[in-house]
Amino acid sequence: MSSAFDYAPAPESRSVVDLAPSYGLFIDGEFTEGTGGGLRKTVSPATEEVLAEYTQGTAEDVDRAVQAARRAFEKWSALPGAERAKFLFRIARIIQERSRELAVLETLDNGKPIREARDADLPLVAAHFFYYAGWADKLGHAGFGPDPRPLGVAGQVIPWNFPLLMLAWKVAPALACGNTVVLKPAETTPLSALFFADICRQAGLPKGVVNIVTGDGSTGASLVAHPGIDKVAFTGSTEVGKAIARTVAGTDKKLTLELGGKAANIVFDDAPIDQAVEGIVNGIFFNQGHVCCAGSRLLVQESIQDELLDALKRRMATLRVGDPLDKNTDIGAINSAEQLARITELAAAGEAEGAERWSPSCELPGSGYWFAPTLFTGVTQAHRIAREEVFGPVLSVLTFRTPEEAVAKANNTPYGLSAGIWTEKGSRMLWMANQLRAGVIWSNTFNKFDPASPFGGYKESGFGREGGRHGLEAYLNV
Amino acid sequence: MSDRLSVLKTYKLYVGGKFPRSESGRVYEVTDAKGRWLANAPLASRKDARDAVVAARKAFGGWSGATAYNRGQILYRVAEMLEGRREQFVAEVADAEGHSKAKAAAQVDAAIDRWVWYAGWSDKVAQIAGSSNPVAGPYFNLSAPEPTGVVAVVAPQDSSFLGLVSVLAPVIVTGNTAVVVAAERAPLPALSLAEVLATSDLPGGVVNLLSGRTTELAAPLAAHQDVNALDLTGADAESAKELETAAADNLKRVLRPPVARHRPSDEALRAAPSDAVDWTADPGTDRLLAFLETKTVWHPMGV
Repeated sequence: MSSAFDYAPAPESRSVVDLAPSYGLFIDGEFTEGTGGGLRKTVSPATEEVLAEYTQGTAEDVDRAVQAARRAFEKWSALPGAERAKFLFRIARIIQERSRELAVLETLDNGKPIREARDADLPLVAAHFFYYAGWADKLGHAGFGPDPRPLGVAGQVIPWNFPLLMLAWKVAPALACGNTVVLKPAETTPLSALFFADICRQAGLPKGVVNIVTGDGSTGASLVAHPGIDKVAFTGSTEVGKAIARTVAGTDKKLTLELGGKAANIVFDDAPIDQAVEGIVNGIFFNQGHVCCAGSRLLVQESIQDELLDALKRRMATLRVGDPLDKNTDIGAINSAEQLARITELAAAGEAEGAERWSPSCELPGSGYWFAPTLFTGVTQAHRIAREEVFGPVLSVLTFRTPEEAVAKANNTPYGLSAGIWTEKGSRMLWMANQLRAGVIWSNTFNKFDPASPFGGYKESGFGREGGRHGLEAYLNV
Repeated sequence: MSDRLSVLKTYKLYVGGKFPRSESGRVYEVTDAKGRWLANAPLASRKDARDAVVAARKAFGGWSGATAYNRGQILYRVAEMLEGRREQFVAEVADAEGHSKAKAAAQVDAAIDRWVWYAGWSDKVAQIAGSSNPVAGPYFNLSAPEPTGVVAVVAPQDSSFLGLVSVLAPVIVTGNTAVVVAAERAPLPALSLAEVLATSDLPGGVVNLLSGRTTELAAPLAAHQDVNALDLTGADAESAKELETAAADNLKRVLRPPVARHRPSDEALRAAPSDAVDWTADPGTDRLLAFLETKTVWHPMGV
């Protein structure tokens, strides 16, 4: 596609990030060496450059961290809520102060466009700490009785798609309610959590209240199975979520799970097409589609299919794929070779099963992990790309004729995290919102998040809510 | 002295609004607290449990889609019907649990009042569990609770009627449908409750009642892929762990047995955790809120 103006690269400087060659574990307020798990490397998915080494936490390391959190719990939970609140407000402020640094770091380690790290992730991270800071001294008014108590030590395992934001979703409500935490960041994106440890130190947070143990899935498994924790919070795949649910069965650990999704984004014939196209693009290509609530199934009313797909393809042709640090970039790098292989395999299955594949012509960088934005038409409900979570920039298009058919197709999934509705008719929007079995419904918008707004799924997308007053329940003994 | 021979009742299951025998043709002897024969109750099978899930799923759309006002009216109607059959239930509870008439009457009265209490919750629960959320942008944002779906309930073993009502009413008042495994040794009050439910305008399939071996019936319900939630109140600690593990297969919401989790060392309580529950106490909102999903709807504001 020719354009009147050519883009000049506008790269964000990475000099604001000072990376150490290697990182230990943050336990009891100190960075310490691991006990024999060795070091792992974390790479920039955009270049495959090694950014730093970090520690593979062992079961012994997890135990040390849980003990530190347990020791810290008594004093932390006994602090007046107003004092805990001030620690969280401090953290929120420091995140704001260091947001440029953290955004660049997140982009380096995760591969997401700097525009998104800067404009979505980091503002939401700070806002989440601000929001829950304010709850710390108001818990008696939250509808859980006059004096709800914290649970104790929370074991938290988070994914790689929004590393620091998922940390905020877990840590802020846990601390506000008076719990202490042991957090295990994802294997491919440990750095922002380690930087957060430094923020905790700057904020003067008492030692042991936040502990960060890095490592792979085995480290997470040790954490959720540890008998000394009282709460497990996990965001990640449905498969791992089920394994965790089995692990905590028969214990008194409270569990919340935020898992996969296969959201329908439903466009009616009266929808504002241009807005809908923007919403579809944001729904599936935001964060390279590495979003559990991504609008990965486009359900379009048959009568406007051609018009909508033409407009969508035109818009997709303008998406810029490439250097995540370039402020022009819309779609960054796929987070890991492993994830790229999974997306590639599922897209191949889409073609093999008979769906028609389309991507705009775009040049992908020579090194790093990349996947062009991809559209599949002629998709049926039986196709794997209509049933399985791709977790990548791949959109499956299905059609419908009546609202009832749209509902039936949208709900025909074991998942139930989110859904989108595009229509100008208010009564139809409300009827649809009522019928869809999903925890978040975006109507005439998509992928909006806010600390005041509860987020979480129905069915196999997990249980419990994060955000809002509802998000407190996961960390209170109620 | 009349020598009229009384007419005995054949107790049956309650599935999909009908009263079938167990498809297995099996029954088991139910005795009173002193060991005297009371009736032959259906010994429901795994197939009966699966049939009950099908009925509960079929009823879910209509019941969850009914107005809260309508559901409240129907639960209140259950209380009205029970009041009219109070003496029958007093006798059955006295037999089942070995209580005096007076103590059994107190249980039945509390159960009737519990239906009234929960009936009133139908159109209020969304107002305590929902919220309008002040997001940082030009969006209307509202969170409201919705029923989870089909809930399998292992009813308390010790409190065959008040306990049963206390776990069943909060499940259905919010729009869920239920498959209930009645107290194994004392299923008769539950099976008689089915007759009340069937004459209270409650749509068939909203409540399905099974009698039989708790372990035999709970296992297929916990593993069933079309059950959304599991209430383990009447399960012993050991089987509760197995059932919760099976429930993870499709991520059922699980309400664990009471007390056992707080005092796992007490042998008697591990065997029957719900024995420690005082069913006459104020139930609070915990059970009401346990089987709800929060749905949050966003919409832009603009001209």
